[in-house]
Amino acid sequence: MTSSQLSNIVTIAYFASMVLFVAYLPTRSRTVALIARIGAWAGFALQTAALGLRWYESYQMLGADGRAPLSNLYESIVFFAWCILLIYILVDLKYRQAAIGAFVLPFAFLGMAWAQLGLNDAIDPLVPALQSNWLTYHVITCFLGYAAFAVACGVSIMYLIRVGKEKHPADSSAAGGVLALFPSSRVLDDINYKAIMIGFPLLSLGIITGAAWANYAWGTYWSWDPKETWSLIVWLIYAAFLHARFTRGWVGKRAAVLSITGFAATIFCYLGVNLVLSGLHSYGG
Amino acid sequence: MTAKKETFFRTLWNFFCSLKLTITTLILLAVTSIIGTVIQQNRPAGEYIQEYGESTYRFFAALQLTDMYHSWWFLALLVMFCLNLIACSIKRLPGAWKTIREPVLVPDENQFRNSANADEILVGASLGKVREQVANFVGDRFAAPAVTEKDGRLHLYAQKAPWARLGVYVTHLSILIIFVGAIIGNLWGFKAYVNIAEGTEESRVWPQNGGAPIDLGFAVRCDDFDVTYYEGSNRPKEFMSLLDIVDGGREVVKDRKIIVNDPVSYQGITFYQSSYGPAGDPTIRMRVKANGSGETTEVTARQGEHATLPGGYTFAVTGFTPSYDRFGPAVQMHVNSPDGKHGNPFIVLQNYPDFDVKRAGVFSFSLLGYDQPQYTGLQVKKDPGVWVVWLGCTLLVVGSLVAFFLSHRRIWVTLEEQDGRTRIRLCCSAHRNQPAFEIFFEDFKKKLKAELASRAKGLDGGI
Repeated sequence: MTSSQLSNIVTIAYFASMVLFVAYLPTRSRTVALIARIGAWAGFALQTAALGLRWYESYQMLGADGRAPLSNLYESIVFFAWCILLIYILVDLKYRQAAIGAFVLPFAFLGMAWAQLGLNDAIDPLVPALQSNWLTYHVITCFLGYAAFAVACGVSIMYLIRVGKEKHPADSSAAGGVLALFPSSRVLDDINYKAIMIGFPLLSLGIITGAAWANYAWGTYWSWDPKETWSLIVWLIYAAFLHARFTRGWVGKRAAVLSITGFAATIFCYLGVNLVLSGLHSYGG
Repeated sequence: MTAKKETFFRTLWNFFCSLKLTITTLILLAVTSIIGTVIQQNRPAGEYIQEYGESTYRFFAALQLTDMYHSWWFLALLVMFCLNLIACSIKRLPGAWKTIREPVLVPDENQFRNSANADEILVGASLGKVREQVANFVGDRFAAPAVTEKDGRLHLYAQKAPWARLGVYVTHLSILIIFVGAIIGNLWGFKAYVNIAEGTEESRVWPQNGGAPIDLGFAVRCDDFDVTYYEGSNRPKEFMSLLDIVDGGREVVKDRKIIVNDPVSYQGITFYQSSYGPAGDPTIRMRVKANGSGETTEVTARQGEHATLPGGYTFAVTGFTPSYDRFGPAVQMHVNSPDGKHGNPFIVLQNYPDFDVKRAGVFSFSLLGYDQPQYTGLQVKKDPGVWVVWLGCTLLVVGSLVAFFLSHRRIWVTLEEQDGRTRIRLCCSAHRNQPAFEIFFEDFKKKLKAELASRAKGLDGGI
């Protein structure tokens, strides 16, 4: 079996897990939540194997030029999905709130589906600019950070839905039932903060390793390249979020909006810059 | 007047200390930074006029949007950001420092009354009998307590990670350090480039933003440049230059191979493999056949120079291309007759050696080979501030990890004797993530009660 076929199974597992987590909200069935969790865990285990297998395949195809599967758009999206699951599982182990799965698994599933259906999964050798150990450190820290922000974004959406419904209890007949399974707004706010607390130092490390690499390869740690600038924009938004937590008038709803904005900026930094703007990170073009 | 002045400074100070200013500045920096990713930066004026039109360009120029990250208003935002950061730290650091250096060893009544997690235990034993037990318990389960006796009461104070309060200040300081590093690099460093042809050396480099060339004080020689490709494809695998550095007539670095991602440094100046291209005219190797005698000779000639042929003739190569349409390498040349008369130009193709025979001239030429010298394009950088920047980055990561994941946790225990029994009051505080510490504290209290109870029973049984 090839890593690509294995990744197809992973995509199906995430899809099943996502559907079951969503089904859990109206059915409130513990069995459904359990199977959804098993799907997520199994998918994560398989994907870990698929990443390892692709790494191995690169050595079979390219000989000594083999490398960790972290270098083009396909590989980065797949790795992003893996990171999202990793952070999700950690959050789930700590908070045991099955409803969150319905808002986080979709990110992982959409990523995998896009990668498997729409992107070129060929294993190509690296161009000279990417032949560096910094590539590995840079990609791992960035994507773990992005994944933490994805979880924070999912939780923030839940928070806004929950707070919005709490304000208008009149129209909460059917939706109220679904909402009953949501964690309380305090817990959601807490998870949002914790996820960003994990993501922010990782993003900082991602920017720093990128700067160190640029300095080593080109002699400038910062050149206001669009990718660099957008990573700074993301960093600034989450820095604002962290300070909003201590500021009256910025707690709660606005903080949740900042978190969602931050993730939108993250996605633009990751994909938009390559697809819309031009710069050093050319894997999207 | 003075009162007015004072309120003015107070208002100004409060403005710079406010967290709302922090959030506003951060969001403004984020939003304005987008502009420079949409409008290409530092292009010639003509390009903007062509793309956006004259009046839009004038608007861009007025707001310095074509180099916005160095514009006065963006720098002003950064200065505002720094002032805010400094003011906030100056305002809050002394308090944090005091809490670390001079902890409240003796809590007052209000502290127990106002603390949501305060609790009270009554033990049927004298203070003298339980004091050691309680102190040991705090020491074993949490941290060694400081013991203060005051007004007949015994106060235990224990704490963990008091310096965690400094995490946020270290993070703030780290950002200032990064800025300082960047300023040092801008003032005392340079970014330049130099193209060195194979076999030659250069001791001057050209600044990237124009200006006079910079004298390095030593020379860099390029022995060789080479591109290798992945097998069976035209994907480049490696660009490689072989460099020597010559300082004061002595070769201090010899045959150092540099590639992309592996530069060479000398005296704080670093050379990076960046580009390459053809350098100067190629040398051409020709086989010449005199059509009269049938005699052949091999001649090597540089493009543009006249080479001699038998019988007073000469020839010159006036043009060369490594690929002439799809016919491969080709030269354009002419032959001069002995009286110096310029012959008609013609073309010789390397892949078709008999092609020139058809021209039926005095000589027939075939192109044997050529040697095209390359130049290597190096980026040259000197940045004495880069270590300051890395120091700032390290502090940023360490500081934010401490600020996010560590907390200054404190437990107060006050013991006093009441009618032969001992009243124990205790409360706790964590400077962040209080709920998690309260869970620990609940368990701590439960175990303390159990231990005191079992001890009391043991004493009763003994008597």
